[in-house]
Amino acid sequence: MRLLVKGAGVAGLTAAFELASRGAAVTIAETRHGLGGNASWMAGGMLAPWCERESAEQPVLDLGRDAADWWDAVLPGHVTRAGTLVLAMPRDAGELDRFASRTSGHRRVDEDEIALLEPDLAGRFRRGLFFPSEAHLDPRRAMAALHEKLAGSGVEFRFGVNALHMTGFDREIDCTGMASSDERLRGVRGEMLILRTPDISLSRPVRLLHPRLPLYLTPRADHHFMAGATMVESLSTEPVTVRAIMELLNAAYSVHPAFGEAAIVETGVGIRPAFSDNLPRVEAHGRTVAINGLYRHGFLLAPAMARRAADLVFDSDKPVELADETDGQRRSA
Amino acid sequence: MIELYGTKLPSRLLLGTAQYPSPAILADAVKASCASAVTVSLRREMAGGKGGEKFWSLIQSLRLHILPNTAGCHSVKEAVTTAKMAREVFGTNWIKLEVIGNHDTLQPDVFGLVEAARILCDDGFAVFPYTTDDLVVAERLLEAGCRVLMPWCAPIGSALGPVNITALRSMRGHFPDVPLIVDAGLGRPSHAALVMELGFDAVLLNTAVAKAADPVGMARAFGKAVDAGREAYRSGLLEPRDLAVPSTPTIGRAVFQ
Repeated sequence: MRLLVKGAGVAGLTAAFELASRGAAVTIAETRHGLGGNASWMAGGMLAPWCERESAEQPVLDLGRDAADWWDAVLPGHVTRAGTLVLAMPRDAGELDRFASRTSGHRRVDEDEIALLEPDLAGRFRRGLFFPSEAHLDPRRAMAALHEKLAGSGVEFRFGVNALHMTGFDREIDCTGMASSDERLRGVRGEMLILRTPDISLSRPVRLLHPRLPLYLTPRADHHFMAGATMVESLSTEPVTVRAIMELLNAAYSVHPAFGEAAIVETGVGIRPAFSDNLPRVEAHGRTVAINGLYRHGFLLAPAMARRAADLVFDSDKPVELADETDGQRRSA
Repeated sequence: MIELYGTKLPSRLLLGTAQYPSPAILADAVKASCASAVTVSLRREMAGGKGGEKFWSLIQSLRLHILPNTAGCHSVKEAVTTAKMAREVFGTNWIKLEVIGNHDTLQPDVFGLVEAARILCDDGFAVFPYTTDDLVVAERLLEAGCRVLMPWCAPIGSALGPVNITALRSMRGHFPDVPLIVDAGLGRPSHAALVMELGFDAVLLNTAVAKAADPVGMARAFGKAVDAGREAYRSGLLEPRDLAVPSTPTIGRAVFQ
């Protein structure tokens, strides 16, 4: 079977892997000239379905709990399984209780345990929540490694092309995110920063709760940190706003003053493709299977979506929709 | 039924549209609450340019009255510009006017508020000012042309409920004929029922519903509480007294002792 995957973001790359490993001849077409520039490139790379459940619905936890295993199996060495640490400033301590009541898979940690987990944060926070089963990866390294692995196993990459005119394929897998023609999609803008400082190190993503401006910091190689991310109901790709930078930096500085001396290596904006329930969908329309709506859960949910898409291509012609399950859960919630 | 700037609304609950887990849950919550109007922030979704049309059209598809707000504006100029933009985007002259004086507490800058209200009223806007419970500020807002007042009962998002009931009573007493909507600070349905029992005309809230574990259930609960409080107010509440009064007469004892 000859398959065309449109889009080389995390949805396209994971789908290509699942399809190729089941024996399909896969070509990936990407309008951009390389791997960067899409929403996946700006992602935090947290594989944190238990934390996400605070605001996301149950399918995000159900579909995302095996994501770390998938990435670990496909790209050994890329996944760090060190959990997530959730903190709040003393005046926002109530936010910790609220977060704890909306989530599972965590335990309360005190000052001493926080110091054991993250020695550089010793003495800075009295209380926190630790989610031991969560993991993280560096999205850019993971995408580059997956690209290399796919190319090495015979998947053809065509960058800088318009897939409209490519023919001769049995099925197409549409993984184009916001570039898709699906009218139901909306864009949720996210702004992020990459910081570099050798003065502090973290072993795991740290989330700082705040009633209005929640922040996460994920450690990356060579003293880099990604700070994110805003959530704005907008398709605008205008550069990062002063307000967003101020709020992100303020929060980072609150986690540790050493971030005050950090270099701002990069500021970025990405547009997350989302359906109105903020849940992803895999759907078949004629010869095309579409994966879309991964919202803020690209690396978390792409493996499960890729498997569903592959099931659809190989096993059945029935559409796999999450909407019905979700509606039921929402009503019964 | 409540009349605001000549528009009759069937329900006395107005809901904000920010911070919900998803637009689908927002839509379900609004329906469950039977709210008759929703507020929407233009500025928050601008991000320095256009692009929020999809979310706005989702709000418009709710087919309710839309009360755009100037949330996040810290100056008169910002607020006025945002109001004019909102008029174009949503095709309404209604505007919930917020001029924030303190980034941390989101307390209104009442001086800027009065100034912005005057400019917008003169320009034909129906201004819904987010204000404190200060009576003099309220008078100035009415002088500026406002026909509705929206006092807070506690800081935005604090969920504290009415922290100064005396001030709220006094506001109701001073402005018996002005529609008064309690905006900001409500945490639970009983808070909403309480201010409605005081005779306030409506309530506006957002966080208490949007951040609930089940926003749809909480929206429904607030809808019922607002109705209950209003009906209680109209039915004449018994004033509290400091001795027990049996509801059935005690037989065999003198009435006056």
